[in-house]
Amino acid sequence: MSTPQVIQFHHNPIQSHAFNQDRTVLAITNDSNVEIYDLKSKPAKLITVLKDHDKLVTAVDISIHGRIVTCSQDRNAIVWEPLSDGSYKPTLVLLRINRAATSVAWSPNGFKFAVGSSARIISVCYFEQENDWWISKHIKKPLRSTILSIKWHPNNVLLAAGSTDGHARVFSGYIKGIDSKPEPSYWGEKLPFQTLCGDFISSNGGWIHDVAFSPSGDVLGFVAHDSSLTIVYPNGGADVAPRSILSVSTSFLPFKSLVFKNENEILAAGHNCHIVTFAGDESNWVESGSIDDPNKNDDTAIGETSALNMFKQLDLKGTTGKNSGLKTIHQNTITELRPYEDNGVELTKVSSSGIDGKVVIFNV
Amino acid sequence: MVIARNENEQILIEPSINSVRISIKIKQADEIEQILVHKFTRFLTQRAEHFFILRRVPIQGYDISFLITNFHTEKMLKHKLVDFIIEFMEDVDREISEMKLFLNARARFVAEAYLTPFD
Repeated sequence: MSTPQVIQFHHNPIQSHAFNQDRTVLAITNDSNVEIYDLKSKPAKLITVLKDHDKLVTAVDISIHGRIVTCSQDRNAIVWEPLSDGSYKPTLVLLRINRAATSVAWSPNGFKFAVGSSARIISVCYFEQENDWWISKHIKKPLRSTILSIKWHPNNVLLAAGSTDGHARVFSGYIKGIDSKPEPSYWGEKLPFQTLCGDFISSNGGWIHDVAFSPSGDVLGFVAHDSSLTIVYPNGGADVAPRSILSVSTSFLPFKSLVFKNENEILAAGHNCHIVTFAGDESNWVESGSIDDPNKNDDTAIGETSALNMFKQLDLKGTTGKNSGLKTIHQNTITELRPYEDNGVELTKVSSSGIDGKVVIFNV
Repeated sequence: MVIARNENEQILIEPSINSVRISIKIKQADEIEQILVHKFTRFLTQRAEHFFILRRVPIQGYDISFLITNFHTEKMLKHKLVDFIIEFMEDVDREISEMKLFLNARARFVAEAYLTPFD
């Protein structure tokens, strides 16, 4: 396993990050701005800063066409259309929500996106050609609390949402005229807009920090604030009991994000500052290891602030003492994991962003 | 969530989505300790703005409250914040009993000095 690629940007928290399709452009959040970096040059060069939000930007995503969508605590989402001169043209999206937007995700085909918010609403937004703007349709029932995360199913119709009421739900985000009729799957057969296809709770309750579909879309995983990972194998809609629900509780701090490596492996990361891997199938899931494990790393691995630290320690205690940094690459909570590269069969690289202002690309 | 050694020594931890409030009830066995704890926490809370995570007014029934928000964990090292709270809890009992001993010793000294002329 080669060493992970670490990119230190600023020292502000990165709430979210996104790469474009060919991984040459990286968008990261920095307070109320979104910074776009060109990764072709080394070190990464700042191309432009998207400044239209006036509160903290909570999520960013890039579609397969290169469009960027951002959502923010100022209750707005903006779609940024790339122009030929490298700048971006902003289009405000009317979300019709009265609380902060918390998460956003493009559908895999890039024709629509969903925004989760504290207003207990999921807005599914699509472009309407006649009026030349983005229209949003709301999913309200049976949401009882803030949506923390949104992910799309590979069929572009279903979406999963994790919420602070402790439920992970799967909805249909079918839009007439945009989507073709989806193939029947384990999630159900008829899927008009706002159909609830699944509603699951974690073993001990607690907020659902993140949800994810497996590459085939037939399996749903979610991580909750009780440090558990739950994997659901559905069996045809919300009315039918799922084939199995498996829960793995861990002794780690809560996970903030997860991605499927393949159908039988999951990577999760969060407040523990390193990635934990899980493996299993329909009958059983177990914790199988970790990447960037603090127990295996030695003290010397930490660079960056150590000179400053040394002088601080000298000043405070009169000795250089032990390094106060964590023995992981990320020095603070990992906010988001994203698939970075795959070999057609499974993921080979994932990227993570952290509160410490780093984006790291791990080999998995 | 309440963690208690006995009804005089308790810690209340209240979580929320972006913050956690930790309130501590310090051991107060007698009136002197009550006065000392009161003075000590007042000394700290008056300087609350330098402590960042300290609240000016503790919640009802407790002596001192800390509020750690997402902004604190973003700016500071999380494990160091935890260390700080634990260190504070370990030290505060010792500090109070030390002050109590010192106070008693001083009272004895003052009484002796005062009573010498009558010797």
